[in-house]
Amino acid sequence: MKNINNNTLNIVSLNHWYGQGEMRRHVLQSVSMEISPGEVVLLTGPSGCGKTTLLTLIGALRKVQDGDLKVFGTQLFGASRKTRQNLRKNIGMIFQGHNLLRCLTAEQNVQMGADLLNGFSYKARRSQSREWLRAVGLEDHLSKLPQDLSGGQKQRVAIARALAARPKLLLADEPTSALDSSTGREIVDLLKKLASEQSCSVLMVTHDPRILDVADRLLRMEDGQILPSV
Amino acid sequence: MELNNFLKKRKIPLAWLLLTRQPLRILVAIAGISFAGILMFMQLGFRDGLFDASVTVHKLFDADLVLISPRSKSSISMSGFPQRRLVQAMAHKDVIGTTAVNWNFLLWRNPENLSTRSILALGFEPTKPLLIESDFERKANTLKNKGRVLFDDLSRDEFGPISAWFKSGRLVETEVAGKRVRVSGIVSLGPSFGADGNLITSSETYLELSPGNPQGSIEIGLVRLKKGSDIENVVRSLNLNLPSDVKVMSLKSFIDFEKNYWKSSTSIGFIFTLGAAMGFIVGCVIVYQILYSDVSDHLPEYATLMAMGYNLRSLLGVVAREGFILSIMGYIPAYISGQALYALVRSSTKLPVEMSFSRASIIFFLILFMCMGSALAAMKKLADADPAEIF
Repeated sequence: MKNINNNTLNIVSLNHWYGQGEMRRHVLQSVSMEISPGEVVLLTGPSGCGKTTLLTLIGALRKVQDGDLKVFGTQLFGASRKTRQNLRKNIGMIFQGHNLLRCLTAEQNVQMGADLLNGFSYKARRSQSREWLRAVGLEDHLSKLPQDLSGGQKQRVAIARALAARPKLLLADEPTSALDSSTGREIVDLLKKLASEQSCSVLMVTHDPRILDVADRLLRMEDGQILPSV
Repeated sequence: MELNNFLKKRKIPLAWLLLTRQPLRILVAIAGISFAGILMFMQLGFRDGLFDASVTVHKLFDADLVLISPRSKSSISMSGFPQRRLVQAMAHKDVIGTTAVNWNFLLWRNPENLSTRSILALGFEPTKPLLIESDFERKANTLKNKGRVLFDDLSRDEFGPISAWFKSGRLVETEVAGKRVRVSGIVSLGPSFGADGNLITSSETYLELSPGNPQGSIEIGLVRLKKGSDIENVVRSLNLNLPSDVKVMSLKSFIDFEKNYWKSSTSIGFIFTLGAAMGFIVGCVIVYQILYSDVSDHLPEYATLMAMGYNLRSLLGVVAREGFILSIMGYIPAYISGQALYALVRSSTKLPVEMSFSRASIIFFLILFMCMGSALAAMKKLADADPAEIF
């Protein structure tokens, strides 16, 4: 038995509902799972099965309605807004769309992530941002606006931005869905490489069967429940 | 040290970048704020200019104290009092000199087109001081001849091209109250509400032009005190010792007395203040619209920032800084245009409209208040930024 308190993520019988009264839908039904530090976990399943809801709950973006949800040992059930807000600083997020800030250059976008860190001077945060962009292979595009970057490049910026805040857990929601297959593959490999260098756990939701092999562990979800692993 | 700390801790200037990367939006915002600012500058400038204009002559009087009749309400309705009161005032140990001034409106004939117009005429003893103006003594000397007047070259053009004629060396003669006078000099006083123009003449000529004036009755008495006298003290003791047909006040309260009449007995103050308020409201609406649509357009981005771990307060700070930046960027062109328009008004209406520090700062704070208030209202929209919706 390993010490569960050291886990990045611990979920025990988590339930979630949408809507009120008759229209109430049970989208997460007694979900239990865990992720240990440095683990890369992929979550697949048909659309509407509750994957994204699970992701937003883990990301502390939604209030937990019922069940046990601990991220880095912090109980999110009944957690205050402030607790959730502080927790988010340690969770990196990569979205389906890149969600970069349109008015900022690639470098500035990454620095928005680095600016969340305390105790570093402006110069240090700036050079860290450049370092991250170099790591994702965009050293020649530092001062380009998102509108001048390709889809793959934007997603790389998004990865650099997420990692610049030095998260201990990275949540990615179909990061390859807007990309062609070879670019998607590159992005996922890069994500895994950089995350493991930081010993950052990754939970990735994906439909893309070609990238399943990057996972240390694969979880399947259907109708709000996680299927027992095969 | 502080600056060093700031440079170290500073972050990406998001508010500045949000604004400057949308040139059209910021131009509209600056135009709107500047417009509101210019409107306020003009309205308040006119208001203060009109009030200041009502005391252009008052301010020039060479006096520490002023005696008027208690029945006088303003410069356009001055009542007379016995000139003897000035002699009595001389008895006070601090008084070193007095000047008796007649003050009334007379009809001036424009020597060019022969039309008549009411002009404010001041009569005084030319050997005594009247105005603090350079070279006034020499000009006053010319009044020792009968039928001579000094004309105010800031008077409205309807009185005729007097100063142009005079300066070109031409002999300028015209009629005042039906009697022939000759212009023997030019002074610069300025028109006011009540008077479109001014002329100065000797008491002797004044009495000839206005024969109905009761003997020994004057409208204004100027009193000069020894250097270092306690003005308030002298005012008190003169008021106590002189009969009640005369009121003694300091020159400053005489000026305030006149301004107050225009402020409280006319709707001028209300009208222009209302105009400035309209400018303020228009500005508020424009800034609110700009900031609100800016927040709505960037809602997904704000939500992303919240998902990344930025708290609501830091995002509210971004909107507040946008408001602050807009207020500065809108104020500067408003200030410059205000200066230019004041110069235009001065040259075309001869109103003494100046950019005063107090008005410039009041309008700055109004614009700041306008922008920050609008930013505060636009912040409500930020509450709609739900980070859970962006997945």
